[in-house]
Amino acid sequence: MADKLQKAFYGMMALFLLAMMGWGASSAGAQGLAFGFAAALTIGGSLMCLWERSVVRSAFALMATFGGCAFLYILLGADFVGMAQILIYVGGILALLLFGVMLSPPDMNERKLSRIGFGVATIGLGVAWVGGKVATTAAWAALPIEELPPPRTRAEDIGIAFIAPDQYVVAFELAAVLLTVALVAAVYIARRKMSDFIPETDGTEGA
Amino acid sequence: MGLGAYIAVSAALFALGIITIAARRNILYVLFGIEMILNAANINFVAFNRFNGDGMDGRMFAIFVIILAAAEAAVALAIVLNVYHLFSSTKPSDVDLLRE
Repeated sequence: MADKLQKAFYGMMALFLLAMMGWGASSAGAQGLAFGFAAALTIGGSLMCLWERSVVRSAFALMATFGGCAFLYILLGADFVGMAQILIYVGGILALLLFGVMLSPPDMNERKLSRIGFGVATIGLGVAWVGGKVATTAAWAALPIEELPPPRTRAEDIGIAFIAPDQYVVAFELAAVLLTVALVAAVYIARRKMSDFIPETDGTEGA
Repeated sequence: MGLGAYIAVSAALFALGIITIAARRNILYVLFGIEMILNAANINFVAFNRFNGDGMDGRMFAIFVIILAAAEAAVALAIVLNVYHLFSSTKPSDVDLLRE
């Protein structure tokens, strides 16, 4: 039963990928094909992360999500952001999450299909409503991406924007301080001993 | 592919992240869902940047969001480890020390 369900799910994922690629190719040619592939990778990866019983499989399914996002950034002409996404998310954050998976016990009976179905129904309805509202009221700049001017993809621009005094230098330094503080704090929190959590009961303080 | 297609992908990713946080009972899935939501926000930043004159701001915001996500993942993982050591459980609903 569960095995059949799993196979049906994988089959549906493959169909979803093919449908997205076909839809993209038929509506916008090669660029649409690439967009359909990236979108199917992104959404399919997160669907699989939600579906799988095993935490390890979910974590690896997130790799498809992050890779698809990087693909989308590159399609949007932000190739520096796409490469940073691959380096930081796939190489760093995903490895960190896998450490978390290894350090916690498995719980194979944790997934409840009814709860997932209920969540999908509720939040899907909400998103559909908001999306319909936005689509009917917002004035889109409905230019397709092929008719835009070519993107400025020089990484030099980003480097200059980071250190130019009238642009992002303050935010850049703040981000550096934040990263330092957060990583030192993470190491400190993670290495604390159990005795630090238990309050002192030697009777010398308090009355 | 217009702006709407990218926003649709972003909305779907955001909704799936919310569902992952709400429907699964494991602290690690909360982290997974948060990463999905941050990625959805990033897609929006980059897409609006591209379709609105191709400036620099959206990309810079996306990079700062990625930096923030890295810091968040490290701290959240440390918190998850501590929660597991303290409560011997990875369910968010078991962390109820303040409840009488």
